[in-house]
Amino acid sequence: MRKLRNLANIGLATLLAVSFSAVSAFAEDNVYRTLDEIKESGTINIGVFSDKNPFGYVDENGDYQGYDVYFANRIGEDLGVDIEFVSTEAANRVEYLETGKVDIILANFTVTEERAEKVDFALPYMNVALGVVSPASRVITDLSEIGEDDEVIVISGTTAETYLIENNPEIKLQKYDTYANAKNALENGNAVAWANDNTEVIAYALQNPGYTVGIPSLGSQDTIAPAVSKGNETLLNWINEEIKSLAGEEFFHKDYEETLADTYGLDYEESLVVEGGEPTV
Amino acid sequence: MPDLGLEVLFKGKNFARLLEGLGVALRISLISVVISIVAGIGVGMLMTWKNPISRAITRCYLEIVRIMPQMVLLFIVFFGTTRVFGWNLSGEISAVIVFSFWGTAEMGDLVRGALISIPQHQYESAYALGLTGIQTYQYVVLPQTVRRLIPLSINLITRMIKTTSLILMIGVVEVLKVAQQIIEANRMSSPNAAFGLYLTVFLLYFLACWPFSLLARYLEKRWR
Repeated sequence: MRKLRNLANIGLATLLAVSFSAVSAFAEDNVYRTLDEIKESGTINIGVFSDKNPFGYVDENGDYQGYDVYFANRIGEDLGVDIEFVSTEAANRVEYLETGKVDIILANFTVTEERAEKVDFALPYMNVALGVVSPASRVITDLSEIGEDDEVIVISGTTAETYLIENNPEIKLQKYDTYANAKNALENGNAVAWANDNTEVIAYALQNPGYTVGIPSLGSQDTIAPAVSKGNETLLNWINEEIKSLAGEEFFHKDYEETLADTYGLDYEESLVVEGGEPTV
Repeated sequence: MPDLGLEVLFKGKNFARLLEGLGVALRISLISVVISIVAGIGVGMLMTWKNPISRAITRCYLEIVRIMPQMVLLFIVFFGTTRVFGWNLSGEISAVIVFSFWGTAEMGDLVRGALISIPQHQYESAYALGLTGIQTYQYVVLPQTVRRLIPLSINLITRMIKTTSLILMIGVVEVLKVAQQIIEANRMSSPNAAFGLYLTVFLLYFLACWPFSLLARYLEKRWR
């Protein structure tokens, strides 16, 4: 009886899945709104983070702020439309674009090949790489300085973890689930260094005297870019033109100084900002 | 006293925003609770029918709800309906649909359990007194069922209120999301704010759920 019921359940689930994908096969054309449709409606929906200070967050008055939001506001202004901010999570950014529930995602969205199959990325506006922070008493400036018995802290599931496992399998890793635990481990001297997104380690070193970012940029340089629904050419082209024309006024440098300088200091401005869609590195 | 970073609560409109978030969570869960209770009573009665077709349908329904995590249901309704039918449901409406769909099935099962716990001789005695089927339900079975249902449904209601913490995944900014926003916005200036804010959220959920427990206790005593 139980077996029978299981079978029925599996059957039902398959049926659901099949009918779902069958119908979605034809409903797929034009999930997105073209540039003209957006202008006509008078509002643009932009997906941003609401809890990733300083890229996209909500301040104490309930207003969206941050590096991504600063750019979003400019887009709204230049298009002459109002902005409807949608609070997105890292896990649902692609889905929002695939269903056209937002017109643009501006949520610290790293360009990857896998994502580029599902959404269209515009020109980049920021660099991102991995970084390694270590105590000032023994600064690690190159991965080769890490000895056989030394361990390096990573947060599980981050790009730093994947990168080190793939490229430096000889380095022993100490894995933690949360930022807070990783931080405690470094401060307790459990490991010689901590590898993470370079923005994270830079911010950490600035707030915690006695720690230095010995390797500010490790591995492949990735970029962060706005994304639109796959095939939404009119909007994509408009954003690309916008990014190019904003280079004239050094818009993203100004953006950095207004939103990121408090966290990362001015030293990293040139390495983090991408102006006019052309990564310098 | 350890530093809980509670000062961030009083920055700007932060506390009002938390309450607003709680309001969103309560609005969604309470609308769904009302729908679930009304529809659940109907579904529960259907579940007790001997008719094999109605049994199969309600059985399937209940199993789907049990198997599917609420998160998956939320994604199906919020994103899936846009993909398949092109409907652009808002996050809140999607949440109400999912919570009602879930609540109705669970409530139905509770009602079914309560109904079959009424001994057969009660029905027979009612028929022997000359009551019709509807009258039997109305005067004999339902009043006893409702009494048995209260503790169980309070459990379901409070679970529904607490499960609203998932709806941040479909872009609805409810109390937990507001708390995360406040924590992150003050990550540098008050690194301990996470403790204070989660504590506050805990208290807010408690204050939202506690009255239901009190009401249940009161009703249970009164209807004994």
